[in-house]
Amino acid sequence: MSLYVTWGVFAAIPAQTGTWCSGSQSALDPAGPQSEQLAGLWWEFFDTSAIVYCLVIVIIVAALAFRMRRTLLPPEVHPAAFWENIRAWIVGGLTLATTVILFFLLIGDHVAGRAVRNPSTENAVKIRATGHQWWWDFRYEDPTPSNILTTANEIHIPIGRPVDFELQSADVIHSFWIPNLQGKRDMIPAKTAHSVMQADRAGTYWGQCAEFCGYQHAKMRFKLVAEPEADFQKWLAAARQPAVEPTTESQKKGKAVFLSRTCVMCHTIQGTTAGGMVGPELTHLASRSKIAAGSLPNTRGYLAGWIADPQQIKPGVRMPPNALPPDQLQALLDYLESLK
Amino acid sequence: MRRRFITWGAALAALAVCTSCKREIRDFRPETPEVDAIQLTPLTDYQVGGPGSVTVDPSATLISRPPKSYEENAQALSEGKRLYTNFNCYGCHAHGGGDMGPPLMDDKWIYGSKPEQIFSSIVAGRPNGMPAFGAKIPAYEVWQLAAYIRSMSGLVSKDAAPGRDDHMQTTPPENSAETAKPVSSSATEVETHP
Repeated sequence: MSLYVTWGVFAAIPAQTGTWCSGSQSALDPAGPQSEQLAGLWWEFFDTSAIVYCLVIVIIVAALAFRMRRTLLPPEVHPAAFWENIRAWIVGGLTLATTVILFFLLIGDHVAGRAVRNPSTENAVKIRATGHQWWWDFRYEDPTPSNILTTANEIHIPIGRPVDFELQSADVIHSFWIPNLQGKRDMIPAKTAHSVMQADRAGTYWGQCAEFCGYQHAKMRFKLVAEPEADFQKWLAAARQPAVEPTTESQKKGKAVFLSRTCVMCHTIQGTTAGGMVGPELTHLASRSKIAAGSLPNTRGYLAGWIADPQQIKPGVRMPPNALPPDQLQALLDYLESLK
Repeated sequence: MRRRFITWGAALAALAVCTSCKREIRDFRPETPEVDAIQLTPLTDYQVGGPGSVTVDPSATLISRPPKSYEENAQALSEGKRLYTNFNCYGCHAHGGGDMGPPLMDDKWIYGSKPEQIFSSIVAGRPNGMPAFGAKIPAYEVWQLAAYIRSMSGLVSKDAAPGRDDHMQTTPPENSAETAKPVSSSATEVETHP
């Protein structure tokens, strides 16, 4: 019975791969040369293991049937030595086959590993990524200091160009993983690591912390938008601008609330006196589609809930609850929503 | 029979009391302080964000009875330690040894060593440099900071005080800090530096 189930599962796999192996957070839906290698390696291992598994099952079934027939043969026809000989050949042959298969996998692993490990960083976009409990800080490096861009939880990269991530951690060990683009790389406190990847297909991909890092490890995601170079440059130019000045009375009041309350202690808004580096930077908050490191949609309601009581949404998160009077909260939301 | 019930009941009650150890409690949603209070107005023009930028917010500047449990709670003390770095206390006080600001790991307390005195030093500021943080730090975080600052001179529960630094260790860990009995613990006895 269980055999039928196993075969059934195997039969279903080719039909299901279409749905299992695609998506914006899947290592089996590669969007660049590095993840192509890794996905290829994964399928090489999967196919090899599947074939070996099927062969083993076939041999077990055959052996059971053959054994039954053998008992019917009289020993004079085939003496014990004959069987000994056959057994030696089978064991020797299978040992050799196993060795060959393992070497096949080893070589595949080695080739993929080399291809992934040292890609060219020529003309690469350099981004410093820092893991925090529980959000991501990104800094686009630039030889001109005024062009350095700091942002959080949402990044854009150009397609067809390598991106060199310099990985750091601000507190505990995190792991940087964008399944569609590259394998995991740990972020170790006080150490610097690099992860180089390239996206060849435009799209939105999700990154995820891949090393347990505390209470809200699961809600530590970031969004990566891969887009054509021209769009990327446009985004970069817009993102480098300081925050827009508030225009309405309510927005002005909201800015005053931001600067006089707890917000200002941890967050940065470029172009204001807010320069905290403890929490995510918020200069263009309204241009992002998610808040709280990819856990909530960036709408007024969710933003209000997040400001009022983040501990309800991500228990243990570093942001304190803010019991603002309603008029101050609404003004603050008006201001934050204007930060396009 | 009845006596046995009482014995077991007492034993279970004792167990319940023992296991509700304050050290391990993690309270992510601290209650807002109860009213029992002094209102604090900034004592100095030197305010975080510039003069006049620190507002007096009743909900954040009311001093309640200081949450005693914080001084016996590992989470509160380590959060205090994190905030001490995050809010740049070490910019002036270093990691306890003092720099531009007075040291915090010794037995001298210019404005008092009690948690509520430390609270008002942070919220309202002090003359000659200590800025007023006003409503910019939530009250419970100020209490966590106060508890941590007291741990620097060994005034809190040793089994709950932090045992290591995230940065290079420059001072003995707080849980092995020698208890420095406060020389001046009253806000009225202002000690002058030579």
